[in-house]
Amino acid sequence: MNEEKKHRLRRSMLFLSCQRPGLIQDPYVYGPDSLLLDLEDAVAENQKDAARHTLFRALRQIDYRGVERVVRINGLDTPHWREDIRASVAGGCDAIRIAKTESADDVLRVEAAVKAAEREFGRQDTLLMAAVESARGVLNLPDICRASSRLFGVALSGGDYTKDLQTTLSKSGVELAGARQLMVIAARAAGIQCFDTVYPDLEDAEGFRREVENARQMGFDGKSLINPRQIPVVHQVFTPSRKEIAYAQKVVREIEEKRAAGIGVFTVDGKMIDIAFYPGAKRTLALARAAGVYPADGGLD
Amino acid sequence: MNITKSAIAGTLESSDAQVTVCPGTDGIQLTLSSPVLRPYGERIRQVVLETLRALEVDQAEVTVVDRGALDCTLRARVTAAVYRSMDRFENIPWGGLDP
Repeated sequence: MNEEKKHRLRRSMLFLSCQRPGLIQDPYVYGPDSLLLDLEDAVAENQKDAARHTLFRALRQIDYRGVERVVRINGLDTPHWREDIRASVAGGCDAIRIAKTESADDVLRVEAAVKAAEREFGRQDTLLMAAVESARGVLNLPDICRASSRLFGVALSGGDYTKDLQTTLSKSGVELAGARQLMVIAARAAGIQCFDTVYPDLEDAEGFRREVENARQMGFDGKSLINPRQIPVVHQVFTPSRKEIAYAQKVVREIEEKRAAGIGVFTVDGKMIDIAFYPGAKRTLALARAAGVYPADGGLD
Repeated sequence: MNITKSAIAGTLESSDAQVTVCPGTDGIQLTLSSPVLRPYGERIRQVVLETLRALEVDQAEVTVVDRGALDCTLRARVTAAVYRSMDRFENIPWGGLDP
């Protein structure tokens, strides 16, 4: 598996319906990190076949200019998902998003179908991500996250999840708190990424920003989006600021210098620092580099 | 591949095309309308005929109402209409559909 591709930057994942060709012909102009090309909920039941043809031709003929192409397939309880995978893999998608993932076994069933399609169409390295949309899925997150080496991440689907909890989505998001926390913990323990649910109220810019900031603070890698105008806010929040980059640079440098001098604990800008801060600072710099705001030679000083 | 019954795919939305295929007996009879007929009519006709040829359809009445669709959308709509006319929704030979 291509590890660089698996761990790429995914701050923004934009949903687009494959039922409408006009939506998927040039969405790279909005600059998302990933596209979620949807064959599931955004496609009417009697248009599933036509949407697959539209998806296949788009994948084959449109240059998405490096933007990742993830296909959301229909649930494993439908008659569509196997053909969804064949069309997606034949087209050369980068990854498959499994809808309504309930268990590690769901991931393995999709992985087997993807491998079969790769053999049939001469493809390789198709990645997976799993969307969790039920209480059972949330409780099985630790197993789901470790189910396949192809799995790059897990995502929360808040709408269906709250229905399963017999409640509704609120502005505070209190009903999602447990699932969000468990998702971040399970993903980090398995070494994969995690993505927060969509924010459906397009008119509430303030509420959206607050939710994105909370998602970053909780440890999510990015967020699923339903409209291109949500992208700049997500990128701004999930990209380290100049101040954060400068501090991380200083921490890395100081730790490396002090370690060579045999000093374990010291202060940077008045804050106590030891070796435990090293991975976090390195991660900040890697994220900044991937987001294009920090040069590879580290020359921001 | 014979068109044995009529089928339709696509919409009249912008950037889309609506393609209807019907059984025919006199080769491919193509009727095309498009807001960009003058500059792109020949190209659209070429893409539709090429797609039908790749699907080995040589007898059909085909109507295309174009709304500014890209080549890939035209190909997708033609292919979807042809497979719908055969009631074929699974085991599509994706590997043989290029271009």
